[in-house]
Amino acid sequence: MPTSTYTPIATNTLSSTAASVTFSSIPSTYTDLVLVIVSADSAGAFNQISFRVNGDASTIYSWTSLYGNGTSAASNRESSGSRTYGTIAWNSAQNTTLGTSMSTAHFMNYANTTTNKTILSRSSNSANAVETMVSLYASTSAMSSLVLYSATSARLFAAGSTFTLYGIKAA
Amino acid sequence: MSNAGGMSTVTRYTDMLAGNTVYPGDNSYESIATATGTGSSGVMTFSSIPATYTHLQIRGFTKSTSSGSNWKVQFNGDTGSNYANHYLESNGSTVSAGAELTQTGMNFYAATATSTAASVYAAMVMDILDYTSSNKNKTVRTLSGVDTNGGGNNDFNSGLWYATPAAITSITITLNSGSFDTNSKIALYGIKG
Repeated sequence: MPTSTYTPIATNTLSSTAASVTFSSIPSTYTDLVLVIVSADSAGAFNQISFRVNGDASTIYSWTSLYGNGTSAASNRESSGSRTYGTIAWNSAQNTTLGTSMSTAHFMNYANTTTNKTILSRSSNSANAVETMVSLYASTSAMSSLVLYSATSARLFAAGSTFTLYGIKAA
Repeated sequence: MSNAGGMSTVTRYTDMLAGNTVYPGDNSYESIATATGTGSSGVMTFSSIPATYTHLQIRGFTKSTSSGSNWKVQFNGDTGSNYANHYLESNGSTVSAGAELTQTGMNFYAATATSTAASVYAAMVMDILDYTSSNKNKTVRTLSGVDTNGGGNNDFNSGLWYATPAAITSITITLNSGSFDTNSKIALYGIKG
């Protein structure tokens, strides 16, 4: 018997600029998490959305990207040691207008305690780029909290940016 | 839940596809079935798929017991050369694109080989659009990849089954090498119109 799922867990709409957004006490009752971000950059500059799981600041995050900028396609990678947080959108905003940048990230099998966590994301920035990214949080810990970071303190998430977290439960 | 800028309104999104189509309405996304790897078989099959949805989505988290890294996806048990797929793929430094035509299944990068990090699994989100139509060939799109901290791939694919415009009633997913390990899971969901 099919069961309904894809349940909104929480939504944050920023009433003012913010350097970070936190989802805490994430229930472990789902199979996957889906994060939908519609954002802009307060400085109208290149921006990057990074994340940290469970407050873990160790160098166990990495990512591989595929992106196009209207002229060419390219791929980048970042491995452990260079950052202490992961990235789900590398090229997420280029201006201050809300709605010009959106990202969807799939945190697969996030609550299991056997495997590392793989995250698939796709970002669309109407100003300059389209991108997909696969990220790794190399821990077997279940995800119970998630903090999203803007690239630098000078480049904040703009007021009005929305961050919605959904849970999907497999049969 | 909290954020540094404070919480205000609550917005309900109903977008669940790997792309960006929005499907309105509550309870429009349902879990149909989940297959779990046994460690001794490289095949997972969803059969008797109900025709009560508009689209299907498959969400996979898989690893091979050997060198397998691709899924071959077939519909309704059709093993003929009636499939094609296109891919756009990156590996951290280069981007490649290509097509595979007249195939016996749609081939998608979607699994981690045993030779990679032990606890790292590839992820796949696949959308199968208008799967009950009896007058359209079936088109698939996927977003998949794995990062192994210094290795891995990121893939964006399309697939086509052009043998017949028949409705899809079963889906068979086969690893190109090895078996699905016991932590591998592939879940099938239905999306109502």
